[in-house]
Amino acid sequence: MGEAESVGLLETKYSRRKFIKGVIAVGATASSAGYFIGGSGLLGAQSPGTAERLITLTINGQQRRVDVLPNETLAMTLRYRLNLTGTKLGCDRAECGACTVLVDGVNQYGCSMLTNQVRGSSITTIEGLENPDTGELSLVQQAVIDEGGFQCAFCAPGFIMSMTAMVNENPNPTRAEAAHALSGNLCRCGDYDKILNCAMRAAELARSV
Amino acid sequence: MAEKIIGTDIAPQDLVAKITGRAKYAEDFRADGMVFAKLLLSPMPHARVRGVDTTRALAMPGVIDILRADEVRQIEGRPGEASLTDEPLYEGQPILAVAAETEEQAAAAIEAIDVDFEPLPFVLDPLDSLRPNGPNAYTGGNRFGGGEFSELKWTDADFEEIEAGRMPNGEAAVEWTKGDIDTAFSESDLVLEESIVHQSLTHHPMEPRSAMMYWENGKLHAFVSTQSAQRTKYAIAGTLNIDPEDVILVAEYCGGGFGSKISGNTHMEVPAVFSRKIGRPVMLRITRYEENYIGRARPGFQSWLKMGFLADGTCNAIDLYIVQESGPFGAGDFNTAGMIADLVYTPQNMRFRGIAMYTNTPPKAAQRGPGGAQIVIMMEPILEKAARELGLDRLEVHLKNAPDADVGFGPRNSTLTSVYAKEALEKGAEIFDWAGKQELSGRREGSKVTGIGIGLSPYTAGSRGYDGLMVIRPDGKLHIHQGLGNLGTHSIMDTARPAAEILNLNWDQVELVWGDSSRGMPRSSVQAGSQTTHAHSRANHAAGMDARAKVLEVAAQTLGGSPSNYDMDNGRVFRRGGGASMTFAQVAERAIELGGKYDGHELPDNIHATTVPAANMLAGQGLMGVARDNYGGSGGVYSWVAGFALVELDEETGVVDIKEYVAVTDCGTVLHPRSLGAQVLGGSVQGMGQAMTQRWVFDPKWGVPFANRLYTARPPGILDVPLDMKADAVGIPDPQTPVGAKGIGEPPVGAGGAALTSAVADAMGGHCLCRTPLTPDIILMELEGLKQPFHLEQHIG
Repeated sequence: MGEAESVGLLETKYSRRKFIKGVIAVGATASSAGYFIGGSGLLGAQSPGTAERLITLTINGQQRRVDVLPNETLAMTLRYRLNLTGTKLGCDRAECGACTVLVDGVNQYGCSMLTNQVRGSSITTIEGLENPDTGELSLVQQAVIDEGGFQCAFCAPGFIMSMTAMVNENPNPTRAEAAHALSGNLCRCGDYDKILNCAMRAAELARSV
Repeated sequence: MAEKIIGTDIAPQDLVAKITGRAKYAEDFRADGMVFAKLLLSPMPHARVRGVDTTRALAMPGVIDILRADEVRQIEGRPGEASLTDEPLYEGQPILAVAAETEEQAAAAIEAIDVDFEPLPFVLDPLDSLRPNGPNAYTGGNRFGGGEFSELKWTDADFEEIEAGRMPNGEAAVEWTKGDIDTAFSESDLVLEESIVHQSLTHHPMEPRSAMMYWENGKLHAFVSTQSAQRTKYAIAGTLNIDPEDVILVAEYCGGGFGSKISGNTHMEVPAVFSRKIGRPVMLRITRYEENYIGRARPGFQSWLKMGFLADGTCNAIDLYIVQESGPFGAGDFNTAGMIADLVYTPQNMRFRGIAMYTNTPPKAAQRGPGGAQIVIMMEPILEKAARELGLDRLEVHLKNAPDADVGFGPRNSTLTSVYAKEALEKGAEIFDWAGKQELSGRREGSKVTGIGIGLSPYTAGSRGYDGLMVIRPDGKLHIHQGLGNLGTHSIMDTARPAAEILNLNWDQVELVWGDSSRGMPRSSVQAGSQTTHAHSRANHAAGMDARAKVLEVAAQTLGGSPSNYDMDNGRVFRRGGGASMTFAQVAERAIELGGKYDGHELPDNIHATTVPAANMLAGQGLMGVARDNYGGSGGVYSWVAGFALVELDEETGVVDIKEYVAVTDCGTVLHPRSLGAQVLGGSVQGMGQAMTQRWVFDPKWGVPFANRLYTARPPGILDVPLDMKADAVGIPDPQTPVGAKGIGEPPVGAGGAALTSAVADAMGGHCLCRTPLTPDIILMELEGLKQPFHLEQHIG
């Protein structure tokens, strides 16, 4: 069994501690965990916005103005305000990685970042991977097609974002290094063998560019 | 010549949508005016609601309304689950729902509702309920039969036997025997007797069972997460007692189910009824925490097993007693487990006894290989011990006992259509190099000991008699309508392949239609029990043959001659030996002109009544192929997986590292090799989690489950499994089905788990640790010679 826990990059680059501190600073968690911890997504019809809440985000190369509550998570903003529903919520508590997006090129859990904390950052979601002019799939997406990746694929957007970060950082990984790079993502179908095949194929395509 | 389609790797048609974010799962749908519902969950495992004060909640901003138990379907007088209840039978059972403009407002309103609960006695452990004066899960008793609740208790003497680790003789609910076990045990050269325990574990699909629904023009539009599709539509209609044609089901993608979302799940009723009540679309977004409670779990077993062997390794007798922890609404796993034990080890003498006890734990349901996975995972260490004591190789013992096609098993001496279990074992042993790895068994490096193991796992893999429905439209393409759910198995695409081959089409000339009942779905199997590949490769074969015959007839009627003068290839029907021809586009237009059976205005008499509305919807749109699978067959359809594992057990830490894994399946003809490999290895990984990583923990004092989330009840991650795993197939067609393909979903789970428990037993020198999960603390307790807790809920770390 792997002794290393699967927090990986999150631990060093954007910690849960920072997220919790942010949540404490704004009063309550505004994610979707459930009523028992006093928080839930602030969804649907909004209470009247204020000027401070209207912020600009850079998402998939586009400037988007959104009315965001101080305690709202990035995953909720993407899914319910911007209708970028490719970013999935599997656990909403940094356990599964289905909500993984790139923040300034680094794979991060969208459920565990406050939207207000990524002002000024460049966000990439699964919807932003295709070439905006040609519609061509990214090389990671092409690698998944080549290998026939994923089963139910609810985890796929998150895995693909982590693979994208991986090939940018290390286009020449061993299979073990690829597994480590993807260890913050969970696939309940257990399709890890094929997912690793996709990651290795993606690295191969990245090297040949 | 059109390309070969069966047996080739073709990326599924839905893959681009899945990897670009365009695939819409239930929670991705929106509707104008949509509001959010939240559930109030019971804080105790068994209680009665004496009163509810909603005054404060209803006065809160944004709150629209509250839905109570008396507004949904209740099942009276017998164990049956309602979506909302005033007598919760497990902690986490939904009591009521609140709808509000925003989800946070709904959540805040839940907090402001005062519920007066009267706590009632509860039971977590089935043995506790069997104890004299032990608690019952229901107020009226602990079992249900003959239309009423009653109480079954064992005696103090039975419990003395249990405490001494011996097989009890308490009253069983189910008992069957074959042969003469007493004589067989007395004639056996080796008799082993063990208590064996299998935990209960949650399904935890990645996508929680969220649903969004609204009503329009008297019809319910339901956007749900479900393994099936056509059958889910009927299940929802049944729950709401409405005409099935008034349900428009949208279920394009399903983020995993593993048996927990077979058709309509209980809690789909909440958004359906609530949206009708308030006249607004309702999104019920289920969180991971809620999914843990309402998302179903595999039943746990506490069991006793006695096995007799002859000196040559023949399994001579099995005496198996299973007490099942069934949750509040029951499950059938224990019965299947008895059948599978008989099928894998083929004793000529067997007694099976079982009893399923209601408990106040989250509800149980089929989980991939229900019953079968548990029993092979628990029994394999005993086989390891037996082989060791008899001085035999485990592979030999398995080969000696594995059945052939003439097997009869279980209480009704059930037969099978085909069995290639030995071929799977032999091929797996070759790929794994079982013979060469013998010398690694028991190898010690520092504190790490190597073990190797085998798991052999069969399960049901097919059903018969469903309908296929397809239309060649004037665009020249074959549109295959599938009533199947899209649960990650690719069976929507792969079971369509036979029709394409029958019509000699290339795969890009086929369009698949699925996921929206308003587009027409034929009567289909549920996507459960690994039925689909077998059932729907047959149904699409039948409808493909019907379409082929009609294409030839249309050509003959149009161009002269008889149908037998014609053949088809690549979207064109032509006169053999040259001459006149028509494109499929022209055939479709001509079929519409001819009408009648050709364009679906006349339907075969023998198709299912629930296919007729779908076929009527498509009539007149092209040449229709529609038929029922009448291919017949006798005997059950089972597939097999033989798994082989190499592990390193660290005696200092109790951690088991899985180093290698190979699995070979007998599932008949392979439709899609890469997807098959994914099913085999993915299922095996789930079995590894079942045997080793996932663990549910209960507080026995308050009846409250802990380990409620993915992190605490942990499915395997990518670092928990070998970096390279290998899957292969025997590939011998099943003789009783025209395509030769059997299903594969269920059996890998038991194979993956059992190969591990077998390998751990090997690493421990034949020590029989017949329990799951094999977490480090349990392994260390065993290594240190401490008494293992027997009770399920005492897995408290």
